[in-house]
Formats: sequence, structure tokens, C-alpha cells
Amino acid sequence: MNSYAVFIMSAYLAVFVILGGLTIASLSARNKVRRALAERGLDRPREQRARAAR
Amino acid sequence: MADLHFLANPARFRRFSQRVLPGLSLATLLSLGVGLWLALLQSPPDYQQGETVRIMYVHVPTAWLAMAGYALLAALGAALLVWRHPLAALMARAAAPVGACYALVCLLTGSLWGRPMWGTYWVWDARLTSMLLLFFLYLGHIALSRAYDDAERGDRAAAILALIGVINLPIIKFSVDWWNTLHQPASVARMGGPTIDPAILLPLLWMAGAFLLLFVLLVLVRTETEIDRRRLEIAEQNA
Repeated sequence: MNSYAVFIMSAYLAVFVILGGLTIASLSARNKVRRALAERGLDRPREQRARAAR
Repeated sequence: MADLHFLANPARFRRFSQRVLPGLSLATLLSLGVGLWLALLQSPPDYQQGETVRIMYVHVPTAWLAMAGYALLAALGAALLVWRHPLAALMARAAAPVGACYALVCLLTGSLWGRPMWGTYWVWDARLTSMLLLFFLYLGHIALSRAYDDAERGDRAAAILALIGVINLPIIKFSVDWWNTLHQPASVARMGGPTIDPAILLPLLWMAGAFLLLFVLLVLVRTETEIDRRRLEIAEQNA
């Protein structure tokens, strides 16, 4: 990729860092909220919880 | 359209996204892998720009999706302000950071492409400046939606900003025609068809599809998180 390789690789690195970081942050935020819901017994839909309560 | 209304209910949307996410994740990973192979190894160098044309495969799709993402924010803003859709505010909160990241990637990769081609990382011309403004509009949306203790007020303020800011989209698109800019004119989405060689156009469209899948995946995951977070807040208020 000749002398321009540094620009090309930097561009793909920026994509990897920013979009990869956003993906990891999104998944970890989802897991955190799900854990908090599970701790309160709210991880199942309302109908299932009502059935379990009966 | 009936299907879209069906998804306006947060609980139904959650069930839908949980069904769709595994397949969508796999499709995204596969298409990104194939796209990178096409972009970095398979496609030929450009006759004028040489190897630097490979930056286009990440720069152009992220630019398109940053703009499309803002159009989505504006549509969600209208849905929130006019119809008070419960899901619109949550999805807008989820989509804004994704759009902001795409806009940032577009600006950074454009800058890295500009240095070898134009001799400078940045120039205050109409296309670059309007794209930077789009990034700031995203940041404004994120900040406004989180600026109030009352989440509904924040969502409404952010929706108004999204609707006002949508005027920037045609400015970005037509800036290269309306003003003299360093940025090249449109070569794909133009009257008379694309001017790019198919050997370069195909990997570009493939990468656009892959980035679109990633965009949808991220918005679905984050919307699900917003729905769960709202449920958690309501449970804590009622406790």
C-alpha cells in the first residue's frame, strides 16, 4: 500500500476503535440494565410474572 | 405500515428485537468481514488516487449513514411531538450516539484521506463544515435529551432540535454543487447514474450494506436497553 499505508491503516483503526468501542459499550450497558432488572425480578414479561405469581 | 405500528408498542418491539438480534448479529459480522476483504484486498487502486481510495470504503458509507441517522432522528422527533409515540423518544435516545459515532468516523477518515490528496487534514469548506455541524447537532441532541430531570421534557427539546437541524441535510448533500469546495462532487447518488468503475462501486455498496446492518443492530440493542432502563426507573419510583 506504499507510502499512503499509514493514512489507510489509521482510517480503518479509527473505524475499529470508535464503532468497536460503541458496540462494546452498548452491549455492556444492556447487560448491566438486564442484571438490575433480574435482581428485582423484572426480567420476565408482565404476563409471565403474573402467571408465576398465581 | 401496519407492521410498523405493531412495533410502536415497547413490549412488542422488545420481543421483535430479541427474535431478530441473533441473525442480525451474524449477518453483520459476516458482511463486515467480506466487506473488509473486498475493500482492503480485492478492489483495485484508483487510477488517480491510487491506494488511498480504500479510505472511501469506510468514509462514504459512514457519511451516508450519519445523514440517514439524522433523518431518522427527525422522523422520530415528529412521531414524538405529533403522535406521542412511547417508543419514539426511546429510539431517538438510542440512535443519537450511533449517528454521532458514524459522523465522527466520517470526519476522521475524511481528514486522513484529505492529507495525502489535498495536502491538508482540514479546510473550512462547505461540505466539511456542514458535516462538522451535523456532528455537533448529534452532540446537542444527546446533551438536550439528558439535560432535564424530567426525561419527557428532555426528549421533547431534543425532538425540536432534530426537526430544526434536519435543514442541514440538503446543505450537506448539495454543498459541493452550491459552493466551490475542495471536496469532490457526488459520484454515486447523482442524476445520470454513478461515475465510479464497477470494480470500486461494488465493494463500496457492499460496505454501505454492512455498515447499515451494524447501524440497525446498534440501534436495536440500545433501544432495548432504553426500554429496560425506563422499566427500571418506573420500578424504582414505585418501590
